[in-house]
Amino acid sequence: MMIKVNNLTKKFKDFTAVDNISFSAQGGEIFAFLGPNGAGKTTTIKMLTTVLGPSSGTIEINGFDPVKDQNQVRKSFGIVFQDSSVDDELTAYENMLIHAVLYKIPKKERRVKIQQLLEFVELWDRKKEVVKNFSGGMKRRLEIAKGLIHHPAILFLDEPTQGLDPQTRNHIWEYIKKMNQEEHMTVFFTTHYIEEAEKMADKVVVIDHGQIIATGSPEELKTQTQKGNLEDAFIALTGNKIREEAADGLTQLRRRFRH
Amino acid sequence: MEVIYILWLRQIKRYLRSKARIIGSLGQPLLFMLAFGFGFGPIYQKAGEGNYIQFLIPGVICMSILFTAVFNGLEIIWDRQFGFLKEMLVAPVSRLRIMFGRCLGGATVAVLQGLIVLALSFMIGFRVTNAWMLLPAIVFMFLVAFLFTLFGTAIASMMKDVQGFQLIVNFLIMPIFFLSGAFFPMDGLPKGIEIIVKGNPLAYGVDALRGSLVGLNHFSLWHDFTVLGLVALVLLIAASYLFSKIEA
Repeated sequence: MMIKVNNLTKKFKDFTAVDNISFSAQGGEIFAFLGPNGAGKTTTIKMLTTVLGPSSGTIEINGFDPVKDQNQVRKSFGIVFQDSSVDDELTAYENMLIHAVLYKIPKKERRVKIQQLLEFVELWDRKKEVVKNFSGGMKRRLEIAKGLIHHPAILFLDEPTQGLDPQTRNHIWEYIKKMNQEEHMTVFFTTHYIEEAEKMADKVVVIDHGQIIATGSPEELKTQTQKGNLEDAFIALTGNKIREEAADGLTQLRRRFRH
Repeated sequence: MEVIYILWLRQIKRYLRSKARIIGSLGQPLLFMLAFGFGFGPIYQKAGEGNYIQFLIPGVICMSILFTAVFNGLEIIWDRQFGFLKEMLVAPVSRLRIMFGRCLGGATVAVLQGLIVLALSFMIGFRVTNAWMLLPAIVFMFLVAFLFTLFGTAIASMMKDVQGFQLIVNFLIMPIFFLSGAFFPMDGLPKGIEIIVKGNPLAYGVDALRGSLVGLNHFSLWHDFTVLGLVALVLLIAASYLFSKIEA
């Protein structure tokens, strides 16, 4: 198993964000982790990627424990975060270069790889521009290009295609699929575009209120709920209620300055 | 090694690109040089202590290094808000190296800022007694800069957001600055103040800089070097530990 999670729980004071969940993903599998806003997806990814300690339960990533063998786990995965992880006072190229150095891409290959990926997301012409001048979509594309520089055993994608147009989304998914097939890379992703999960995922796990409510292939979930597509199956599983998401850091910051 | 270099370079680039910030942060030292230097100069002279500008400038240089260095360390809070912190936290390299590179960059920036202040001070009549002593002066500037970047990093590693920022400025940085002997000689102080000043690492930086630039020192340069080196070592250990414990 590439990812193995047993009875994982995360509590913040009296709020339980992730409540006793267990799942696993095999090597080479494309794994979709779906759930409404605030269901606990990002918290789970944070625990899997060593940046947040679990309250209880165990995790194995590529055979290593994110709590004890942080460095081994970090060597096993790559990640595209839900929100920005670039330095917006640096240029697109500089951000890619820092990433390439951190992920030990050999010096000779760096320039070629960076060019290839920036061309892929159509940002090569703007490589010398400071990221803060970029639009939301451009930042998102840079974020993805950065995440694809190195080819890890597991790639985590937290809503990678959020806010991108369908052309770009298709384009990016083709690339990811290719990496998955050619290099047997495990892909673990979350998305609100349920059709992406339907098209790409081998296995889907649905989480709501911190608990896993369904597991199976897209086909199995459709059969289970007797719906024609995964989106309807998803709604059948999670209900129609609209969720409030906890504000992220930047939103909190903005609010604070407004008062 | 390259990891340290690239994160060092990041801090340098960020510094050089923010011209407004460079100029803005020169305002305070300039004000101190002019208002204090010329304002207290005559009294200082009457007290038989000589040229106050000569006495004051090393302190003002230390002040700009202190502020630039601590703020550079504290910038981790902004890295958190704007996302780059995550990039550093999940990278498959030891966090010690990441922090070390970042702090070396912050320290270099603070030294550059100190050198600009030194250059400006020549324009208002500051003179170095022995040009060769500029070399040890730069070593001391770097030591002070590195120490306080680590200090800022250690504090920022414990903070979740910018809310506590004002608290740190008013209750840590300002006292460190004012109670360092940057403005007044360390001889003949009331006992209480003397104890506080002697417990303040910046006092040894000010003393060392004053010693190397104008030959006025309270302790010996080796004494200053040892104290600064030891405090930097302790802070290096503390900051590495706290940085390795950061959660996103």
